[in-house]
Amino acid sequence: MEANKGNMADIVRQKELEDNKLAAGDYRYGFHTDIEEDKPPKGLNEDTVRLISFKKKEPEWMLEWRLKAFRYWQTMKEPTWPNFEYGPIDYQDIYYYSAPKPKKATPASLEEVDQELLKTFDRLGIPLTEQKRLTGVAVDAVFDSISVGTTHQSELAKYGVIFCSMSEAVIKHPDLVKKYLGSVVPYTDNFFASLNAAVFSDGSFCFIPKGVRCPIELSTYFRINAENTGQFERTLVIAEESSYVSYLEGCTAPMRDTNQLHAAVVELVALDHAEIKYSTVQNWYSGDKEGRGGIYNFVTKRGKCAGVNSQISWTQVEAGSAITWKYPSVILQGDNSVGKFYSVALTNHYMNADTGSKMIHIGKNTKSTIVSKGISSDHAHNSYRGLVKIMPSADGARNFSQCDSMLVGNNCSANTFPYIEVRNNTAVVEHEASTSKINAEQMFYLRSRGLDLEESVSLIINGFCKDVFKELPLEFSVEAVKLLEMKLEGSVG
Amino acid sequence: MLEIKDLHAGIEGKEILKGINLNVNAGEVHAIMGPNGSGKSTLSKVIAGHPQYTVTKGSIDYEVNFKKINLVGMDPDLRAREGVFMAFQYPVEIPGIPTSVFLRAAFNAVCRHQGTVEMDPIDFDKYMREKMKILSMDEKTIDRPVNVDFSGGEKKRNEILQMAVLNPRLAVLDETDSGLDIDSMKIVSEGVNKLRRRDNTIILITHYQRLLNYIQPDFVHILYNGRIVKSEGKELAQEVENRGYDWLIQ
Repeated sequence: MEANKGNMADIVRQKELEDNKLAAGDYRYGFHTDIEEDKPPKGLNEDTVRLISFKKKEPEWMLEWRLKAFRYWQTMKEPTWPNFEYGPIDYQDIYYYSAPKPKKATPASLEEVDQELLKTFDRLGIPLTEQKRLTGVAVDAVFDSISVGTTHQSELAKYGVIFCSMSEAVIKHPDLVKKYLGSVVPYTDNFFASLNAAVFSDGSFCFIPKGVRCPIELSTYFRINAENTGQFERTLVIAEESSYVSYLEGCTAPMRDTNQLHAAVVELVALDHAEIKYSTVQNWYSGDKEGRGGIYNFVTKRGKCAGVNSQISWTQVEAGSAITWKYPSVILQGDNSVGKFYSVALTNHYMNADTGSKMIHIGKNTKSTIVSKGISSDHAHNSYRGLVKIMPSADGARNFSQCDSMLVGNNCSANTFPYIEVRNNTAVVEHEASTSKINAEQMFYLRSRGLDLEESVSLIINGFCKDVFKELPLEFSVEAVKLLEMKLEGSVG
Repeated sequence: MLEIKDLHAGIEGKEILKGINLNVNAGEVHAIMGPNGSGKSTLSKVIAGHPQYTVTKGSIDYEVNFKKINLVGMDPDLRAREGVFMAFQYPVEIPGIPTSVFLRAAFNAVCRHQGTVEMDPIDFDKYMREKMKILSMDEKTIDRPVNVDFSGGEKKRNEILQMAVLNPRLAVLDETDSGLDIDSMKIVSEGVNKLRRRDNTIILITHYQRLLNYIQPDFVHILYNGRIVKSEGKELAQEVENRGYDWLIQ
């Protein structure tokens, strides 16, 4: 215990040092961990796919699925419709697998995981070992292509909840994986989803059995560390009948001058009367002030409300990445099912975000809500793109969408691209949109009451994002507010 | 407490104040009256430090606790923390932020600057509710977002509530009577009267005399075309009410 305490003190001191050193608006997760990695050569072909599958000791059926995806991907073209431009991605110039070399072949517990890795997650504020781990939330820690460890597994097992890395699930729970993997996002879905299906590395697997309310929050922390490496996480959450789970996701990466690719797929399945709450705070490195470097974030997230009265909500705070391309969606198949999407997307410097949601109404009396808040500053572009689709079977379907954009400064831009397709005349669809600037009169009003420039901006932004923040779990919402404040420091003047 | 000397100021290159001279002592209430376009609102914004107005000449000396500072060039938040307050003619809406949160943030910003202890949410809540009684405000007002969907009367009361909470040394009330019905005006005026003290100063900016029936000023100044053209006791207000402004500006 003594040694442990010393360790914590070190971490705290280290953090303080960094805090003092960092100037306004700097990225505090930009450090790199020096660790020996198992990293097969760059490039992508069938052998790469086979190698990844081999490294993960996967069964034959998994490899077959990957190969089908890879062959399909080869026939596809990268989409060009997003509202931003980026340099071409050379898919042969990327490492597709990078895993820290274990000191021990198979660590029996989290205590045996490489100290360097544990220290890395400590620095990120995610202690993993049993004495120090966070209470009230189970964490799966993913470092480049592999999961380093998962906390609270034995406690969760008592409830029948399975929470482990995707690689572990493929081996230990093949029937569940076979049944649900690709059932919401097929490997043919889109360019980046197909790529992911071929080369996916690690992510989390959550299974909540019938009637169980998951006693703690589940979370995954994704860390990109290795250079020139793509991260292809794959997450699958299954909530059986009448179960409930709240899942959180966080992400960071070191600061580098070159761009790095992140192409993830997340699938959620909610059966009858089940509820899944999925929250993300995305803070990948977004590049420097001139727009050099940063993560290209191409993500497919989709949930299926398969059962009656089921509910899925996506809440996201997107504050990082040079490029964000992401449309968390819900397929409302079960009658009376409910889909929700709450989003704050903040872009500064030269960041680009093209993000929004898709709500596909199939079942009767299905309801969806979209609340999107985009904040753009410096030279950034921020677009909301969304689809509300009401199928002929969806009698009595309802949707409400609200998309608000706020501009900070004169060189940024905001766009809204709402697509609405209604094929049932009993449906009610509402869409509201607004664009505003942080206005000088609001700023003067707050400052004339003694609040300084930063406090005033932070109050205005908080007020603007309130409808989204209140959907986040408490600790996450505090973190989200701090993150936005930090990002906007120096942008208003 | 406040000494304005030969103040010239304007907006976007247009001079609006053309040499204002004004002396205000602690404990006094001054009324500044004048026809539309005479520069009344500009004067209040220049005192509060609105960034869009430029002072081209002159000074605004402000003295509290034997410390004299020239407000010209100071940021508006710093002026506020030094005890300068302006009640807005058109209070601004801040969506999503409860009034109580805003008030506490402002109060604590002032406390930090003046070296006093910040109040925790529970103590502040008590303090704020005491002040609300002065203005007979609905308890729920402070849970609503700042000025959003407030009636005209509610907005003006909210301004005076901020004054009561922040406890400024110099308060400039810019047309606080405009848009108020007679009942609201009585409540607001009584609130302001309760906040009068020997060590603070209130400047009332108004177009009409009727507010001065409820808040008795010690001095009345007539502003016309960017200059103070007449200064007298409170009888001047009545005279303006009877005769209009024309006789003053020949």
